[in-house]
Amino acid sequence: MTLAVDPSIKLETARRPLGGGRRLNADWLGAVPFLAYVGLFLLLPTAIVAIGAFVGPNGVTLANLTAMNQAYIVRSFINSVVLAAVSALVGAVFGAMLAYAVATGNPRSVLRRLVTSACGVLAQFGGVTLAFAFLATIGGAGLIRVWLLDRGIDIYANGEWLYQLRGLVLVYAYFQIPLMVLVFLPALDGIRPQWREATETLGGGTWHYWRYVAGPLLLPAFTGATLLLFANAFSAYATAAALINQGSIIASLLIANTLTSEVGLHNPGIASAEALVMVVIVAIVMVLYAQLQRRTAGWLR
Amino acid sequence: MNRARRIRLQLFRGVTFVIMGAFFLVPIAGMFEFSTRGRGLNAPRTLEAWTSIVTYPDLVAAIVASLELALITSVGMLLLLVPTMIWVRLRLPELARTIEFICLLPLTIPAIVLVAGLVPIYKWIAINLVDSILTLAFAYLVLVLPYAYRTLYAGLSAIDVKTLSEAARSLGAGWPAVMWRIIVPNMSVALLNACLLSVAVVLGEYTIANLLNYVNVQVAIQLLGRANAGVSIAVAVASLLFAFLLLVVLSFVGRPRARVARAEG
Repeated sequence: MTLAVDPSIKLETARRPLGGGRRLNADWLGAVPFLAYVGLFLLLPTAIVAIGAFVGPNGVTLANLTAMNQAYIVRSFINSVVLAAVSALVGAVFGAMLAYAVATGNPRSVLRRLVTSACGVLAQFGGVTLAFAFLATIGGAGLIRVWLLDRGIDIYANGEWLYQLRGLVLVYAYFQIPLMVLVFLPALDGIRPQWREATETLGGGTWHYWRYVAGPLLLPAFTGATLLLFANAFSAYATAAALINQGSIIASLLIANTLTSEVGLHNPGIASAEALVMVVIVAIVMVLYAQLQRRTAGWLR
Repeated sequence: MNRARRIRLQLFRGVTFVIMGAFFLVPIAGMFEFSTRGRGLNAPRTLEAWTSIVTYPDLVAAIVASLELALITSVGMLLLLVPTMIWVRLRLPELARTIEFICLLPLTIPAIVLVAGLVPIYKWIAINLVDSILTLAFAYLVLVLPYAYRTLYAGLSAIDVKTLSEAARSLGAGWPAVMWRIIVPNMSVALLNACLLSVAVVLGEYTIANLLNYVNVQVAIQLLGRANAGVSIAVAVASLLFAFLLLVVLSFVGRPRARVARAEG
């Protein structure tokens, strides 16, 4: 097929925007390396997962998603949600207590700096090292376990719970509590002593202060931080993988096992669908978190 | 504040710090204790596990690979992020929100999900380009984006990029000179912080290496843990101490800037 186009007309129409847009084009060029890189190693893998969930051996299909209702997959996700929720609540309550203990001290003290920098490290701490720390402490031949055993207390009298969901809750607390301190401390710092004085002037006691003043003010921040902790625990893989060698008791282990198993090699769509379910849950939680953060930010400044 | 309440508060703080301190210190002490155990029931304390680290060539190779990855990732992060962020601030402010969104995106996409998408990409790289553990740096650069972005953003916000660059431009400096000779020296602390954070993230990474079948230091520790728990726990303690050291350095170097950043943020 040939098109009879007068080249001079084409040039005429193309030249003007080129002259006016040259500066803009050159400016955009500066962002190209970055956009290309994240396109290749962040957006492309995400797209592969999102699209892969709808692709089977014979083309486009919903079979991968309908396969998600298999009992073992549903159980993994339920376990993950329960684990994430419990460890988020545990982390939020104890983290808030620690944050309150820090916030009520001298803001320039060494203790506060020590706790906040330690929390910065420990919130990132996870994986093999964390699993080993607990194995060396309360594992079969661990320090505390043996010490208690010498005194006639067997912490594993009812089974080795360290390698089950209950154990993961305890181990996850090790990074959830510090994360809570980091996220919740700014909110506690935003509390003014004058509010308490005002409550007392009006005849209110400690209960009234927490129930009607500090509690409602801190609730959005607390809920938001708990959601962040939930997402954090829900997407964690390394710690559980290092602690639990076999089985897919939680969703992240399930995805890993599907990826490396026969099923995954023959049909990567199943792993993609599992990953998609996970990322959708995390995304919903994070959007809620962002909303609550925005509400808190109003009076924090 | 009345006396009774002050005492109650101090009591609460004391009890909280002691219990939390115990919870966080005992497992680390447990690792130390475990890694210095001798063979046999009543064997004396020994540093054998520590000194024999070097006798495991696979482990040493993994440690070296992880250190190289940390270096490559840090340099790559700086080369990719610093010019882009400066450029966007100066010439493309309409892109600032997009860049921020992209940089913080890895916080929402779990590593285990990312790796599911990376498997085919790495398969392609291994077949068509090169099959080396160092290619993990591509994925690690994505992992460190949120931390590096926040640190660099704080550093950039603490200086007046626009005035500095306009002054330099009016004195005849080209864009490369503005970036490398004017702005970069003024945010050196933020650059160092971003590097240290990247190193800490890379040295602790397990998920992606494990599922792409590359043996970095964390995977090596895990593999060795089945054969010789003492040695692998010794390496785990060492890597933990190294991370602590990095972040202590960071907390001292980065303090003044961090305060500025908080005031702005």
